[in-house]
Amino acid sequence: MGSDNFRGVWVFAEQRNGQLKSVAYELLARGRELADALGTELSAVCCGHEVDDVNSLIAHGADRVYLVAIPELADNQEDLLTRRLVELIQQHRPEIVLAGATALGRAFIPRVAAALPTGLSADCTDLDVDADKRLLLQTKPTFGGNIMAVITCPAARPQMATVRPRVFSRREPDSSRRGEIINVDFKRERYTSRTRLVEFVAEITETVKIEEADVIVAGGRGLEKAENFEMIKELASVMGGAMGATRAVVDEGWLAYPHQIGQTGKTVCPRLYIAVGISGALQHVVGMQTSECIVAINDNPHAPIFEVATYGIVGDLFQVVPLLIEKLKKR
Amino acid sequence: MEYFLSEEQQTIKSLARKIAEERVLPVRAELDEKEEFPWAIIKDLADADMFRVFIPQKYEGLGGGCLELCLVVEELSRACGGVAATYAVNALGSYTLMEYGTEEQKKKYLPDIAAGKKLTAFAISEPTAGSDASAIKMTAEKVAGGYRLNGTKQFITNAGEAELYTLIVLTDPARGARGASAILVEKGTPGFTFGKKEKKMSIRASATGELIFRNCLVPEENLIGKEGMGFIQAMRLFDRSRPGIGAQAVGIAQGALEVAVDYAQQRIQFGQPIISLPVVQDMLAEMAIQVEAARALVYAAARTVDSGARKITEASAMAKVFASDVAMKVTTDAVQICGGTGYMKDYPVEKMMRDAKITQIYEGANQILRNAIAVELRKRKARTA
Amino acid sequence: MNIVVCLKQVPSTTQVKIDPETNTLIRQGIENIINPFDTYAIEEGIRLRERFGGRVTAISMGPPQAEAALREAISLGVDEGILLSDPAFAGADTWATSCTLSMALGKLEPYDLVICGRQTLDGDTGQVGPQLAEVLNLPFIAYVSQIEEIADDHMRVRRMVEDGYEIMESPLPAVLTVVKEINTPRLPSLRGIARSKSATIPVWGSKELNADPGKVGLAGSFTRVMRIFSPQRVCRGEIFQGDVTDQVDCLIGRLKDDGLL
Repeated sequence: MGSDNFRGVWVFAEQRNGQLKSVAYELLARGRELADALGTELSAVCCGHEVDDVNSLIAHGADRVYLVAIPELADNQEDLLTRRLVELIQQHRPEIVLAGATALGRAFIPRVAAALPTGLSADCTDLDVDADKRLLLQTKPTFGGNIMAVITCPAARPQMATVRPRVFSRREPDSSRRGEIINVDFKRERYTSRTRLVEFVAEITETVKIEEADVIVAGGRGLEKAENFEMIKELASVMGGAMGATRAVVDEGWLAYPHQIGQTGKTVCPRLYIAVGISGALQHVVGMQTSECIVAINDNPHAPIFEVATYGIVGDLFQVVPLLIEKLKKR
Repeated sequence: MEYFLSEEQQTIKSLARKIAEERVLPVRAELDEKEEFPWAIIKDLADADMFRVFIPQKYEGLGGGCLELCLVVEELSRACGGVAATYAVNALGSYTLMEYGTEEQKKKYLPDIAAGKKLTAFAISEPTAGSDASAIKMTAEKVAGGYRLNGTKQFITNAGEAELYTLIVLTDPARGARGASAILVEKGTPGFTFGKKEKKMSIRASATGELIFRNCLVPEENLIGKEGMGFIQAMRLFDRSRPGIGAQAVGIAQGALEVAVDYAQQRIQFGQPIISLPVVQDMLAEMAIQVEAARALVYAAARTVDSGARKITEASAMAKVFASDVAMKVTTDAVQICGGTGYMKDYPVEKMMRDAKITQIYEGANQILRNAIAVELRKRKARTA
Repeated sequence: MNIVVCLKQVPSTTQVKIDPETNTLIRQGIENIINPFDTYAIEEGIRLRERFGGRVTAISMGPPQAEAALREAISLGVDEGILLSDPAFAGADTWATSCTLSMALGKLEPYDLVICGRQTLDGDTGQVGPQLAEVLNLPFIAYVSQIEEIADDHMRVRRMVEDGYEIMESPLPAVLTVVKEINTPRLPSLRGIARSKSATIPVWGSKELNADPGKVGLAGSFTRVMRIFSPQRVCRGEIFQGDVTDQVDCLIGRLKDDGLL
């Protein structure tokens, strides 16, 4: 598909169980800026069933919402999502399509790109536009974050990119904004869904969800044993935060995968991130570097974590953390 | 140093190292702590064809010799002496069959050993017979169709875990040492039970225990070689396998040397890493020299065995004596360099020092082997006189 | 079962640097390995063959040295390795790579399952698996952590999502990407290594694949790398001195001032 006559920035507004995900609002915030720079409109595409508060998408910047709301899309069936999104794109010809690099986004957006076909950059950490050329500049980490690449899709349209949650910040919603909600049809008989969801099994054991926590206390290999994570748990609890872990810790089985932060785990952006016994390898840092305040506790003064930390303590974590807990409890 | 290993030997060494680093190293402290038999690692070794290394190709092995065995044992020992012992002893249990077994016996047992499906053990020691192996008392009385075994074997590696046990027992007690024979018994044979598993100073991943025989009947097909040849067979087998213990010692020492060097580079005292201190450099240099000398001697002895030479006793004994003494010294020095930290169980080097000790004791206590070397020297002098 | 595993040879370390003069990656002196995530795909393929019988073929698109990765796959137990290599394939983005792989898969029909790792160590996109499925028009499931059941023409698997896992069913043939939770990759065996040394690795280029030049390599790619750069790491922070009590007191003081406590 050549690049003439493609206009508009689209955001795939992912929902789960009827709730719009935060990443949708984060992408609308950035999408609004990109659309303004290009002098064009911002639209959201929302697929699901009984999705709550679709208007919020407009309050967060969308000029238009394409709503495909039918029971069959309740559990985000990827075959159906792929086909419907492809058709919508072919019909309306946006020049840019953005989506969250969530489990869903990483699974079905590449299929949309291949079906059109057009170019896609996954897991971008920054997006910009060259307004003259109407080109989306897609920055993404490679080699585990050791090298950053700026990618473009010069000719094919739309230019597609997925972005990790928490990379961009959401804005305050502006309820005075006006926009249109277009109900898009979905003729079920036209689509086949080959894969079938049998059951979803939840594996959250924590009360505070790590992606939404304001405070995260994360432990790395420096903790040495599973039992020592009690200390992390206590510190997190005292601070009203969630527990995080590096990949090494999850590989050892000291904490479950939902706690993993980094290249192959979650990206988080809390107000306060406390890294205990974490060396700060790039694969981990890419998952938390945009945290507002980073505190590092490590006995190695040369640990790379100190290069990104706002505050650092070089010392024995087995002394520092208990003392920190004690003093915080007293306050 | 360059040892001119062939491509196959290099492949064996690399793969053994990979297994040691990826599968043994992460669990060695736990195995040592819990005295747990390393079944998962045995399976990994079997899947990687490591048990085929010392079995002839005709019986589903890869036809390697003493040097190939030493390469594997050395790499495993660098990670854990206990795991290495568990593996190495299978060679001893297999050699009896390979050297003296009938075609039927070889076909019956060797393929399973090669596949790592059945582990073996070799049993000569008894409460009254350690260094003085000729003092064994266990009997194998000839009865219709076979033998009746009575007696106890002590300190047997792989006791209880192995399927196949090669025993050296007295078929003709009246003839003393000349009345001993090698007999194979399978686990589960009625009358064959196991005594307590020993709690050891080291190589705790390796199972050591008693074999108890009360009127245990084995068929005559289980005799390996000829009656009365048991002792000579055993001595010859130990000659062949001793370089393997040398290799175990070299591996343990190598592991300890590496830990000590790492530590000395990181540990800052008096404002600098302790590796900058001449006293430490002296110790490390001496350790490195000794390990390399031990390795060179072990490989030379292994190659001598593989050359088919008839007289291998001296070479074999020298390699084992030297390497085990080196291992004890190097591991002790390694703990010393690592200081207080090295003394703690959290750090791997104290285990290496404990593991080194057994290499000076088993498969021929070093004092006995020195005697044997001296006897050879006297013989030579006597001939040239 | 006929299984095809897609693998990629990548540099062994993510600690790659950029040559400041040419602004390209310094690949000198860096060892090459099978992309670690692909080792799980290889292992799963071999396990399925052990369970159900059949054949595992590994394919890889890459320069001539990628043959070593295919040999390594054979030493692990894969039956055959095929290298897709041609100067025309160079510079491919995930779309062109998927097209090229699909041409090879066309020659390997019939197959029951295509298994890929979840992403590569160097590109980190995770796009080839799903795009390959789309080009082949096959069902696709990402992030499979367990294959629960396979019957003649369908399978049931577990796949990981952010807050747990989903049990999915799919007809066969299908394309999967797998995560490391799915298995523990085995080590090579000595006989496997011997076999890999004597194995013949066919090389399929544009001619063998009857490739449409507009669908391979740089020419077939939609995306371009405009530039690469090393991320700047600036030390922003304050390191607290003193004994433990001083350090902790300072930290609490700062956090309080920042309104974070």
